[in-house]
Amino acid sequence: MDWRQLWEIASAPDNIPIVGLIPLLIFYIYLAWKQAKANDELIAELETSPAMAKTHHRKSWPFRPGWQKEVHVWPFLLRMEFLAAIIVSAILMVWSITLSAPLEEPSNPNLTMNPAKAPWYFLGLQEMLVYFDPWIAGVVMPTLIIVGLMVIPYIDTNPLGSGYYTWKQRKFSIGTFLFGFLFLWVAMIIIGTFIRGPGWQWFWPGQTWDHNRLIYEVNRDLPDIFGITSNLAKAIFGAVVVGGYYLVGGFIAHALFRRYNPKDYQRLSLLQYSIMMFFLLTMVALPAKMLLRLAFNIKYVWITPWFNV
Amino acid sequence: MAEDNKNGKNGNGARVGLLERVKAGVKEDVQSLKTDMPAKAKEQIEHLKDPTKTQVYTSIFRHKHDDTPRNRALGVLSNVFLHLHPAKINRDAVRYSYTWGMGGITFYLFIVLTFTGVLLMFYYHPSKVQAFRDVLYLEHDVPFGKLLRNMHRWAAHLMVIAVWLHMFRVFLTGSYKKPREFNWNVGVILLVLTLLLSFTGYLLPDDQLGFWAVTVGTNMARATPLLGHEGPFGHQLGMTPYNDIRFGLLGGSIVDANALLRSYIWHCIGIPIVASIFMIVHFWRVRKDGGISGPAPVMLASEVKEPKK
Repeated sequence: MDWRQLWEIASAPDNIPIVGLIPLLIFYIYLAWKQAKANDELIAELETSPAMAKTHHRKSWPFRPGWQKEVHVWPFLLRMEFLAAIIVSAILMVWSITLSAPLEEPSNPNLTMNPAKAPWYFLGLQEMLVYFDPWIAGVVMPTLIIVGLMVIPYIDTNPLGSGYYTWKQRKFSIGTFLFGFLFLWVAMIIIGTFIRGPGWQWFWPGQTWDHNRLIYEVNRDLPDIFGITSNLAKAIFGAVVVGGYYLVGGFIAHALFRRYNPKDYQRLSLLQYSIMMFFLLTMVALPAKMLLRLAFNIKYVWITPWFNV
Repeated sequence: MAEDNKNGKNGNGARVGLLERVKAGVKEDVQSLKTDMPAKAKEQIEHLKDPTKTQVYTSIFRHKHDDTPRNRALGVLSNVFLHLHPAKINRDAVRYSYTWGMGGITFYLFIVLTFTGVLLMFYYHPSKVQAFRDVLYLEHDVPFGKLLRNMHRWAAHLMVIAVWLHMFRVFLTGSYKKPREFNWNVGVILLVLTLLLSFTGYLLPDDQLGFWAVTVGTNMARATPLLGHEGPFGHQLGMTPYNDIRFGLLGGSIVDANALLRSYIWHCIGIPIVASIFMIVHFWRVRKDGGISGPAPVMLASEVKEPKK
């Protein structure tokens, strides 16, 4: 166990935000989960007794007649904002006094940094470079993430859970988002920061970064395993496999979604449903390809003269 | 007329009359100074005891500051910075556990970054010769220069985290649902702009860290489908290292002086202006879409009215 190496990574000034992000995320997930649980219990209670649902306060904290429903922004909201600004300023001041922004040697195109890492918030995409070609990891994927985020309000037709924390009313959408945000974005950043060392090789936490380590990995392409040699056959084979993934995966997702989310299924139009399925399957394709690579050393699935997937 | 002429000719007597009159006038003036000025001074002092009645004050502040509900409302409504808020809000909307305050903190950090950023601009030249030296100068010679740079750096990291947490909260509370779909999209664009702001700032110290981070980042643009010279179908469309999208981003085929200037201008002028416009729309739409989304009363599945198709 190389504690020094561990400390060097964790204490690098630019890595502090990630070290800070983890407890922040845990705290806020806890905060959200606590409120979701309280709301879900209230919802379950009200669902069972319609009489109570008519009169009961629809929030997980009490309200008594006579209490004002609205409060003045001045001072009740402004004091919160003021307090937040002061606390953020204090944190920022202490952080800036105690920790200096990194400054390396002057830029030198002839001396490559190893590992050369992108800013921490893009490390998820850099990690994807291991599994995908740059045109997918660097261009298509960010575009799909942005577009995918943008279509969320238009494909989530569930009218429940608007304006309050809940889990039981929105299991599918919250589960999908948590998977995308925590496992495909934050976890990849953590891997990129703490695990990836020189040569973008995998070093477990506490393992010394060995700049001379060589890994003899023979990555094969999927068509080669099946003994396909001609370019045309490889292109067709890859198209069949990728298309097959979307067809078979789509069918499985369809079967599950229809069974476990019948109301959403009914509400979704064909366009909404296909867009949702496309993004869902593409998202799941990431860990699928990672698994293929890590477990079976498979580099490409689909090989054409113009691009490889 | 005739009388005047006669007096004029007579001379001496008229002169005496004039002198008398002037004397009397001066005497009157002196007397007025003696009596009026102290009275005025007294009045002035009385006014100063209540500065809120002076014309200067009333021209700036349009209403009284007594603690009445009307003045609390006016305090928000008649102030250009506060009128973003409504006068009154739901008593539950000020709960920290619901909003986490992350949108406001993001905006506050943007202001901090603008402020420290403008100060940094006074000491920085976006040229290959000067840039790195300016950072050294800032760190070692400029009073509080190091603190300034640190605050800018850490506020930027904090802003990225705050934006993510804001998005996370908005998702978990389902706040993107009708009628807030459009504002979610504006928010996604602001998220991208925040990352781009941070990324363009990375190169500016012109050190190894920034240089290689930006090299890694922009190398991905080589692989842009259709528009990059190493991307799918880029070659077929006549893309070379000297005319593709990466060339456009960097102002050259390598990360050099032009890239430094371009990222400086995007960082200090281009993106902040665009982001400000989107922020205006974002805040405006928060109000127009009905204010903050919750904490709303919970909705029951049994109460959902399915829209007619």
